Amino acid sequence: MTTWLYDGSFDGFLSAVFDLYWQKRTDVMIRKEQDHVRGLFENVIFTPTVVANADRVWAGLSKKLSAENLQQLFCCYLSELPGEEDNMVGFIRHVFASKQDVTGDFGNKYVLHVSQMARKVLKEKHRMEAFVRFQLTRDNIYYSLVSPEYNVLPLIARHFKDRYADQYWLIYDERRRFGIYYNLQQVETIRLHFNGEYDPYYHSTSNVWAPEEELYQRLWHTYFKEVNIPGRKNPRLQLQHMPRRYWKYLTEMRG
Amino acid sequence: MAMERIQEKLAILADAAKYDVSCASSGSDRKNDTKGLGNAAPGMGICHSYTPDGRCVSLLKILLTNVCIYDCAYCVSRRSNDVKRAAFTVQEVVDLTINFYRRNYIEGLFLSSGIFKDPDYTMERLVRVAKKLRTENNFNGYIHLKAIPGASDELMQEAGLYADRLSVNLELPTEAGLKLLAPEKTRPAMIKPIRFLQNEIIRLADERKVLKKVPTFIPAGQSTQVIVGAAGETDMEILHMASQFYRQFQLKRVYYSGYVPISDDTRLPGMHSQVPLLRENRLYQADYLVRLYGFEPHELLNEKHPDLDTDIDPKLSWALRHLDCFPVDINKADKMLIARIPGIGLESAKKICAARTHGALGWDQLKQMGVQISRARYFVTCKSASLERRELTPEQIRQQLLTQSHSKWLRVHTTQLSLF
Repeated sequence: MTTWLYDGSFDGFLSAVFDLYWQKRTDVMIRKEQDHVRGLFENVIFTPTVVANADRVWAGLSKKLSAENLQQLFCCYLSELPGEEDNMVGFIRHVFASKQDVTGDFGNKYVLHVSQMARKVLKEKHRMEAFVRFQLTRDNIYYSLVSPEYNVLPLIARHFKDRYADQYWLIYDERRRFGIYYNLQQVETIRLHFNGEYDPYYHSTSNVWAPEEELYQRLWHTYFKEVNIPGRKNPRLQLQHMPRRYWKYLTEMRG
Repeated sequence: MAMERIQEKLAILADAAKYDVSCASSGSDRKNDTKGLGNAAPGMGICHSYTPDGRCVSLLKILLTNVCIYDCAYCVSRRSNDVKRAAFTVQEVVDLTINFYRRNYIEGLFLSSGIFKDPDYTMERLVRVAKKLRTENNFNGYIHLKAIPGASDELMQEAGLYADRLSVNLELPTEAGLKLLAPEKTRPAMIKPIRFLQNEIIRLADERKVLKKVPTFIPAGQSTQVIVGAAGETDMEILHMASQFYRQFQLKRVYYSGYVPISDDTRLPGMHSQVPLLRENRLYQADYLVRLYGFEPHELLNEKHPDLDTDIDPKLSWALRHLDCFPVDINKADKMLIARIPGIGLESAKKICAARTHGALGWDQLKQMGVQISRARYFVTCKSASLERRELTPEQIRQQLLTQSHSKWLRVHTTQLSLF
């Protein structure tokens, strides 16, 4: 068994898949370079990213899969789970080997896995669309901090661009240390360098925020408190829909 | 000072609006083509938060005012109730909506109101808020307005141009209940605007076929809500009424609101009665079966079974009464028949029908696809050997399922002895 490492990009992964077919190899594991811990007698090779090769694989898949299926495969990549590459390779092999359309072939474990994994990632995407909370800064940017379970910022950019077309906004992934920023024209990927005293959370005393920010947070708190019906108390249901890991980013759940 | 006043108003007018249950923000088709603020695209709505009662927050749901000329027994804002009264100005509602929306707190506005002066006066204010949001603020988020029975057709028409959804409250499931608890209101007066709006929707849809520029008119349709458990009606009466409104007026949804005790009026359940949450839950399940699963209301509820079984869900309850329809062969049966099997939902049924064209399915694959085998096993045959060969009576199946079930509701109802 040989391990091939790629640079962590989706193109890098597809390039490695291209090489699998090119070299007719079946005894290879594809892994991200940055996550890999080398085993004692492990044979490790780095595969360079060749965009042209990646494009060929993608074009080949596009001929056999619907846009929805392609997105599902991309979702598996965004899950960033260790070893997810094995499932993606299994899926790609099944697609290229099948004469007929594999859509709905849920008897095959890879097809089922990809659809289930995509479901999880898309659920996280949907949750981010719901749980992003913008805070208006003094320089007129609506700023939000998040920490999604999967790397879903690439998937939500479009939603926020369509919706908040007339305001500057920035959604920053605290865990993955990058953000998406909309400058009224387009969405760009950015990295922030925070200085030592950086305090990402809201404190009304901080001079980072716009003067009216405090008022609207207070009104939102009030609203959230009042719409609750104590006679129907059901904290389990609340937790089920809104797990605790999101709470620290939610204006209404902060003290 | 001004800020504290607005906070106090928000507290009063959100508190008074919270018994309105609709929170849907889906099914519209308002795009943000003008680079303005917001959209209400078709497809999934978004629930932005959840309160400790487990209900979702997707719209800013407030009353314009809780001043009301009516005296409906079940309503906190009734004329005779001694509560603080408040009223928003049009501009205040607009500012709240825009600023909450920009922070991604909400999907839009759900504006209702107590009736002050008369229906026209009230409706005119509601329309003015929507108009201002759309025309002056370029706001394309979701707007749900209450349609006030008794308001003029012109106002209804105008409201429909700005709102994504309009809803008339039917208040109570039966006319008898209405007479008892809200004697100033009548069912025909409520149906009038529903019918008017439906005709407008149809008229404009016809125009759209021949004309290019026809304005959108409540793209997310109409809904309504009824209070459950306040006037002693049966589940059968409720579901039959709902399905009649679905059929006759093409309502998108009927919402059921378990009565929350708010008064010691002797016509109502007492202040210490429980909110009928379980009943409400079962009604929603039955409602889904009627709307999406092709069940006829009388299959679920009829003279012999006027109320839904609280221990088990309506589909299982139906299946146990119709064991002669089972077992169903997963690999052959029609999709809608598969969806009738307890433990299999529409999603799984769809998956099954897609997957079986690639090869016959067995238990393992069914399980992988999300079928609840513990339920479905009594009603299904598939490629694998059958799990339940013995001839069981409905009562035996019911008992077996209840003993292995971990429903949160069951804790209240089980009479099983504990070992420790």
